[in-house]
Amino acid sequence: MFWYVALIICGFALAAFVLARGRALSVVDGMAAELHSRPSYHGLYSALVVLLTGITILVVASVASDIWIGNQLRASLPADVKALPQIQQERIIEDARRINAGDIVSQNVAVEIADARQAVAQTFASLSSTRDWLVSIAGLLASLGMLALTYFQIKRRFRARNFAERIILGVLIFSALIAILTTIGIVLSLVGETLRFFSEIPILKFLFGTHWNPLAGVFEGTINENSVGAIPLFAGTLLITLIAMLVAVPIGLMSAIYLSDYASPRVRGFVKPLLEILAGIPTVVYGFFAAITVAPLIRGTGESIGLNVASESALAAGLVMGIMIIPFISSLSDDVINAVPQSLREGSFGLGATKAETITKVVLPAALPGIVSAVLLGISRAVGETMIVVMAAGQGANLTWNPLEAVTTVTVQIVALITGDTEAETAAGPAFALGFTLFCVTLIFNVIALRIVQKYRQKYD
Amino acid sequence: MADTATIAAPDSIHTSDAAHRRLKRRYAFETRFKVFGIAAITLAILALVSLLWTVFSNAFGALYQTNLVLPVSLSAERIDPGATNDPSVIRRGDFEGAVKEALRTALPAASGRRERRELYGLVSDGAALDLRELAMANPSVIGSKEPRVLLASDDANLWIKGYLGSIETLPTDGRATPIGTTGSIEIVAEANVFQPLLTVVKESLLKKAAAFERQAMLQQRGVSYFENLLSQLGDDASEQRADYERQITGYKNREASFTEKADAIRKRAEAPGGREAVDSDLSSFLVRINGGVVKVREVSADTVRGDVILPLASEAPVAANAWQLQRITSSEVSRKVSDRQIVWLEELRKSGNVSVDFNTRLFTSSNSRESELAGVWGAAVGSFWTMLVTFCLAFPIGVMAAIYLEEFAPKNAITSFIEVNINNLAAVPSIVFGLLGLAVVIEFFGEDIFNQDLRSTALAGGIVLALMTLPTIIIAARAAIKAVPPSIREAALGVGASKVQAVSHHVLPLAMPGILTGTIIGMAQALGETAPLLMIGMFAFIKDVPTGVMDDATALPVQVYQWSDFPERLFEMKTAAAIVVLLLFLITMNAIAVLLRRRFERKW
Repeated sequence: MFWYVALIICGFALAAFVLARGRALSVVDGMAAELHSRPSYHGLYSALVVLLTGITILVVASVASDIWIGNQLRASLPADVKALPQIQQERIIEDARRINAGDIVSQNVAVEIADARQAVAQTFASLSSTRDWLVSIAGLLASLGMLALTYFQIKRRFRARNFAERIILGVLIFSALIAILTTIGIVLSLVGETLRFFSEIPILKFLFGTHWNPLAGVFEGTINENSVGAIPLFAGTLLITLIAMLVAVPIGLMSAIYLSDYASPRVRGFVKPLLEILAGIPTVVYGFFAAITVAPLIRGTGESIGLNVASESALAAGLVMGIMIIPFISSLSDDVINAVPQSLREGSFGLGATKAETITKVVLPAALPGIVSAVLLGISRAVGETMIVVMAAGQGANLTWNPLEAVTTVTVQIVALITGDTEAETAAGPAFALGFTLFCVTLIFNVIALRIVQKYRQKYD
Repeated sequence: MADTATIAAPDSIHTSDAAHRRLKRRYAFETRFKVFGIAAITLAILALVSLLWTVFSNAFGALYQTNLVLPVSLSAERIDPGATNDPSVIRRGDFEGAVKEALRTALPAASGRRERRELYGLVSDGAALDLRELAMANPSVIGSKEPRVLLASDDANLWIKGYLGSIETLPTDGRATPIGTTGSIEIVAEANVFQPLLTVVKESLLKKAAAFERQAMLQQRGVSYFENLLSQLGDDASEQRADYERQITGYKNREASFTEKADAIRKRAEAPGGREAVDSDLSSFLVRINGGVVKVREVSADTVRGDVILPLASEAPVAANAWQLQRITSSEVSRKVSDRQIVWLEELRKSGNVSVDFNTRLFTSSNSRESELAGVWGAAVGSFWTMLVTFCLAFPIGVMAAIYLEEFAPKNAITSFIEVNINNLAAVPSIVFGLLGLAVVIEFFGEDIFNQDLRSTALAGGIVLALMTLPTIIIAARAAIKAVPPSIREAALGVGASKVQAVSHHVLPLAMPGILTGTIIGMAQALGETAPLLMIGMFAFIKDVPTGVMDDATALPVQVYQWSDFPERLFEMKTAAAIVVLLLFLITMNAIAVLLRRRFERKW
């Protein structure tokens, strides 16, 4: 329905363009030079007004009417259902929507709930078809009205170009605001679910508990507050990140140093694109590499020297994640090392220092803020990385510092909770709480990294 | 100048032994440092090479598909008894029966239910489906009996392509005489002909004995552990004491039984001669004699007893080297294809009924749980729809945002906040965008606007990826717009253009190549992105090729993830093949970006 109405509104906009341009010409009897704006600007103005008004009314009416329908449905629930906890009421309404859409809903529910679901589904069906008609008519009428309005606005001195440009500017500003809207959307969606989750369990149990099994009480429809301790996940994430950085920082930094200060232009021209290929490979491919090659290799090596290695060891995941971050660290460090002025190096050479001494004692200290920020950004990448750990790290929470054992991470658990078989409403709480934690941690790292760069950037300019 | 004596002469500071040592140390550090750099780069490149090697070497196995070419009789009574030529009747025809009949005719030796089931296991379920499609498209084939290409099952496919081991022939220096031609028979040979085989079996027995001895030793450790605990126990803990004693007895009993088993096996292994069973965890041995094949079950120095797989022509004695002893390098328990199936496949291969062809199915069919039927087409189309949505949203919005920020925005707090925001958004983990998609795109767009469940549709995936790609495109577009020199704008303004006209008629066309380059790179990133798509349910198993953005879809990287989870070896190869397809798309996109940059790069 929405698509068709939107398409019709686009058609109206096209018609408005043609009509308005024709009328502008006819107002001045074909002498276009007498108009304030060229005829096509009259057309553009009319088309833009029709299109934007129509679509806006359509979207706003859809959202408003859906909220209204939700309230109606909640009010229409029978008294015995209203006595149930909020989360179950929401689930009944959710199921009713799905029944209407022809989707499958869970079958093993009590009889009275199934009946209530069917009743709600019927109410929903009738409300929803009325709503579709009302919303469509509202959108179409609004755009037709605007068509008429702008048609009769056209006069010889009408400043159509200025108005059209003002509308275009508005659209540009709106586009720029979408970035902010996205951030707001992220924060609101995460915070909403997270707050709902923390209204059921205390936040301290989540942050400092050591037992993670959030779906333990899922059949009773409740969450056991003693089994949502995220410490094992934080520890697992930290362990894998640590291994990754132990791989990525030395290799990335040393390659950046070699490429910027030692390598000949030919070597540089050959190696840099190779590192860029490493940066362009999708993470799911790294995950495959970790699961197929690296993990069995580590396991085999470990067993041949008598160590007991889990097949999903933290070491394998961390190692491959480190490989993924190498190009990230090396290209950022390369930039900051190249940004250190040549005069500093020459001063050092002039005092008789060797190249290595110049780099370790002069260039690196000068480039340190940039390198630190590169490392911080790398950590933030590693913490938020998903596919490698989903494919190569473990699923079970395991509080250990042994890199040969399987540990799980925050992102693995988010994926497991969301893609698992559990009802979305139950799994969403812990998943969004973890997501919010992840968002905050990476945001802090990013902000600090950007701050460090900004603060020390001007020093040598 | 009076105390020059206390300062060493300039040359001595640089020529003393200490100075030489110092210099040597400094140069050593220099060399070491350089070696570290080279080592780092080598390691990085090594990682890249081994990654690509893993992918390409695995993908190679999926590029070729084994087919059995057998005469199949598509008789009319089996498929379309009424000769209606009606596709809906043909659809219900017994094509599976036709395939089974063709197999039975090709290998009449297979009898009995178990053997028949193994025989039918050589061919994939897809073979009958292919025939059905053929008959529906072209009803004139009904009633014909012609060689048809039958898709082999994944295990048969892997054996033919050599991934499950191979057959090697051992020397046979002695006459052999089979006793019997079918069923379980004995083959008697001259003295010690089968000694090498017997040795192999005995060696494996020794290994088994050693394993039991190791087990016994572990039990011994348990005994001493609890004896130690027992000795530390006070007098009052009688309950504890009883428990420990029970444990010790248990460990001792188990130790005794392990030792007993180990001794028995060892005695058998060390005794010369005798008759031993060839277990299924050893390599399999076959005897080819008088046109038949016998699978060895028991062996002694001069006799083997075994099951006939292909019947022998006669019981005539055979001279040395006119019969063959063969070894299949993998053990039967380690592979899914049985010895019998291997013999049949080799028989078919010998008679020219096996062909290994380029696997077009990989590129034309969509997802399936059967590893030999699965292809990437469905996922590729899903990726296409997703990318279409992403492009249609991210490109215009990104360009407009960049134009505003670069050309129109006043330099104030709000603008700088937007800029910081965009930079931060570029570093938000992709999985968080997935959660955003779950909460906002599916709930808000799905229920409020489209009034439809958007879970796992290309539209939802496209919206999420568009939000993720937006920062990349904005940053690239701003850089491109900034690179257009101010003189262009000023000239346009000078001849009376409005600001909007100057930007849309002059700046934007000049910045477009740069913007497109950035957009393509952003789209390439989005194409490889998996986690957010998992969050919004594009993980679901989808068999149909999506026909629009509102259909349930999956995407290439998600397909890679899904297949990598399946245990079949062939899926592992197909995963790699799907990765290769994905990488090809990425390489193409990046190459276009590089070309655009080269072609339109302009120094002002």
